[in-house]
Amino acid sequence: MAKAFQRIYTRLEGITKATVVLNARRVMNDELATVDGRLSQVVKISGDQVTLQVFGGTEGIATNSEVVFWGEAPSLNVSDHLAGRFFNAYGKPIDGGPHVEGEHREIGGPSVNPFRRAQPSQIIPTGIAGIDLNNTLVSGQKIPFFADPDQPYNQVMATVALRADVDKIILGGMGLTNDDYLFFRQSFENAGKLSRIISFVNTTDDPPVERLLIPDMALTAAEYFAVDKNEKVLVLLTDMTLYADALSIVSNRMDQIPSKDSMPGSLYSDLAKIYEKAVQLPSGGSITIIAVTTLSGGDITHAIPDNTGYITEGQLFLRHDSDTGKVIVDPFRSLSRLKQLVIGKQTREDHNHVMNTAIRLYADAADAKTKLENGFDLSDYDLRALDFAKEYSLQLLSIDVNINVTEMLERTWKLFAKYFTIEELSIREDLVEKYYGH
Amino acid sequence: MQTQTTGKVRGIIANLVTIEVDGPVAQNEICFIHLGDTRLMAEVIKVSGKNASAQVYESTRGLRVEDHVTFAGHMLEVRLGPGLLSNNYDGLQNNLATMDGVFLKKGDYTEPIDREAVWDFKPLAKVGDKVTAGDWLGEVMESWLLHRIMVPFIMTETYTVETVVEEGSYTVDKTIAVLKDSKGKTYPVTMVQKWPVKRAITAYKEKPRPFKVMETGVRTIDTFNPIAEGGTGFIPGPFGSGKTVLQHAIAKQAEADIIVVAACGERANEVVEIFTEFPKLIDNRTGRHLMERTTIICNTSNMPVAAREASVYTAMTICEYYRAMGHRALLLADSTSRWAQALREMSNRMEELPGQDAFPMDLPAIISSFYARAGIVELNNGELGSVTFIGTVSPAGGNLKEPVTESTQKATRCFYALSQNRADRKRYPAIDPMDSYSKYLEYPEVISYFEKKMGPEWIDKIWEGKNFVRRGKEAYEQINILGDDGVPLSYHINYWKSELIDFIILQQDAFDSIDACTPMERQEYMYTKVIEVCRKDFTFEDFEDCSDFFKRVINVFRQMNYSEFQSEGFKRYEIEIEELLTQKVQA
Repeated sequence: MAKAFQRIYTRLEGITKATVVLNARRVMNDELATVDGRLSQVVKISGDQVTLQVFGGTEGIATNSEVVFWGEAPSLNVSDHLAGRFFNAYGKPIDGGPHVEGEHREIGGPSVNPFRRAQPSQIIPTGIAGIDLNNTLVSGQKIPFFADPDQPYNQVMATVALRADVDKIILGGMGLTNDDYLFFRQSFENAGKLSRIISFVNTTDDPPVERLLIPDMALTAAEYFAVDKNEKVLVLLTDMTLYADALSIVSNRMDQIPSKDSMPGSLYSDLAKIYEKAVQLPSGGSITIIAVTTLSGGDITHAIPDNTGYITEGQLFLRHDSDTGKVIVDPFRSLSRLKQLVIGKQTREDHNHVMNTAIRLYADAADAKTKLENGFDLSDYDLRALDFAKEYSLQLLSIDVNINVTEMLERTWKLFAKYFTIEELSIREDLVEKYYGH
Repeated sequence: MQTQTTGKVRGIIANLVTIEVDGPVAQNEICFIHLGDTRLMAEVIKVSGKNASAQVYESTRGLRVEDHVTFAGHMLEVRLGPGLLSNNYDGLQNNLATMDGVFLKKGDYTEPIDREAVWDFKPLAKVGDKVTAGDWLGEVMESWLLHRIMVPFIMTETYTVETVVEEGSYTVDKTIAVLKDSKGKTYPVTMVQKWPVKRAITAYKEKPRPFKVMETGVRTIDTFNPIAEGGTGFIPGPFGSGKTVLQHAIAKQAEADIIVVAACGERANEVVEIFTEFPKLIDNRTGRHLMERTTIICNTSNMPVAAREASVYTAMTICEYYRAMGHRALLLADSTSRWAQALREMSNRMEELPGQDAFPMDLPAIISSFYARAGIVELNNGELGSVTFIGTVSPAGGNLKEPVTESTQKATRCFYALSQNRADRKRYPAIDPMDSYSKYLEYPEVISYFEKKMGPEWIDKIWEGKNFVRRGKEAYEQINILGDDGVPLSYHINYWKSELIDFIILQQDAFDSIDACTPMERQEYMYTKVIEVCRKDFTFEDFEDCSDFFKRVINVFRQMNYSEFQSEGFKRYEIEIEELLTQKVQA
């Protein structure tokens, strides 16, 4: 790493848990440095006084530590050799393999000109009806799972990734437990798809501030394959809540005034910079982002899920359905904003109507359930709605379903015919004639 | 002779740069920071002693202390002239279409107005005419729209027209007239002028109260809570409640000459949807492509934060410019919360004492003075022009008790509250019929407008419908508490009447080719029909009989909504409804 023009300093003026301050000249904003061998980045310059954010934390750093400025922002070597490899937050191999040669590219680069984007239009089928039928994914989309920490979100995400028809899968793991890291690794290996997968991983063993580099590393690699190679890339980011927590640690150390839930005031922009890298390019390349945002106690009004929801194109909720004992994709709170671009176009004409009607009837069942809990008598309609909801949950919403979209529509029509009259469906007449009771 | 002020960078935190200056510097002055061969645009937001703090409209990566800065001597300006229409600009009015490459490059500033394009100019003013700012000197056809060439708004005196060019084809930089002030000084005028975006354009005679309604084709707005032409409204709602779909529906259907969409800190794919679909979609009113009346100001959430603030001002200035030509402009800003957040980020970096939720203290004042720029105006020549403004607000956690929502509510007259509960139940548009309001329904000017256009009973009918909805909601709550059997049958009837209004009038399928847009004539017809059903007295055996009946009625009414107005199918369903009604209506 040694470069001819490196500038070296040996006197620190101040140290906090995540930052150090020193006097230095001609330092660039965002430039990398090492402090006693630990990677750090310039976050504030005031005259000669420079504040460095030390990714690994400042434990044991002394005021006479050696500080070396690199003269460049964090970068990644990009080339086809990235495929199949595992890296840490700095882009260093952790799989025992060789250093990756390639074009040296700064991470966290500029945004795509919105006018140079194409409209997303390709469905990404997952076989899970709670997703394909009700919350269809589209390539170029960005969507998180909003999940409680005890839910199997990483498993669902791995399933989705492995079923999706994409050229590359890039995993950005932030604060992954070692077990989850090994789970991903094994799932990818067992599926025989390791050569299509690139991973940037920060585990719970690593310092939390390092996580801040993971999404940019993963997305720089993604942009290489999507923009330069016209490939379809799927990026998995888990867990973005831990990323945001790291942001708040740094802003706190820099004495910034916190806004809601002690998050920095720039949280929205910080998250948007990551998620907006999702793109469909006219050349055919695309970046799709599926992320995980863990909730605390299911609270989506907390600043992290709240800001995320305003940025991403929908969100997927997992829920344990006590009536059937299955984990389902919650039809009420989940949403895919881009589904309208593909449903009824790449899928059958009745998709939109079947989806909306089934959810409305499922909502009626929820009302009936409330009535039941409050000790009221149920009408005949209520009872039918409840039976429908149970079967709908088992046959469609459950995450262990794996069928194609047309089969999902057929199954739902069968349930409609079994439990409801045509009037109760209130679907456009020509569709009813074609599909009801067949 | 004033020399140009220059400076040196002294400090950098994110996109806030401190600059030591060597001469006079103005608040909100534009400066350029030299980073190698690139020049980064920035705006002065605070001056203290020799140091000016500037927010940079670009990423500051790579900047160093001692980097050179030059000051432009003016505030952030836009260029106004023929050729603005149908373009896609960033927040600083750079044309996105003429930029090179897939990625946005730092310091890549492009011309907003095509200087090569030739326009067929027709003079309107004559030599010797007395003119003031905003007066029409001539006109060109901008695609389908008469684009007036005006006395620049920055010219504050009364001038005499010295010369004006003859009818002919000219580029925008051609001097089309020469004006002389009272002291005999002459001023050449071209087809392009500049205006600082943060100032309102006030070149008009007066700004009366709004007195007519702007049709949007969205039933729950037009029928229940109409917005006036030149009025203000806002749409707050948690994510996923359908803000964007609603705004796009308004952009497609609203009765306006020009639509400026300010995508402020929102998703890029939503703008792409406009880029992709608007050039293909036809405006039913004019038969032209929607893009022909649309200009997009696009500063998506991943674009530099400081330019986000500029983008809403740029959009408003363009609207005011077309208003001064006597056109009806509609500004849609999605979302004003992102703009407020941009203000918060800067205020935070400048270590100002924070107000509520860490927003700057003057946020309410900034919001209200911005909304005040909308309005219908009478121009100097007696013509009318208008800017109608609808903004969306994205309240944190969906909680309306937060500073941006509260400040906006004080500044606007229409409130379209999107309800999570309605969205969860897929009742779109999720505008809550009870919480939402339009103050214009109480304007005597608007009431008499409705009386003339829709007949004397229309306003009463609106309130009657609202009352049916309110009674239905109350009945629903009672049914939930006491159970289906625990309430009189009349409660069920009231509840189902409100469901009828909800399903047939308030709910609308934005993705169905027919239902998406309902012209006022059809709204009047359907609403009257629904209200007539609500006015009737019914006899049912029990509550199940009641709900079965109304479900059937709703189903047939829905089929009507999906059918071509007054088509055979439409009329067939109408007869079906009559037949259904005779079974249960009391004689």
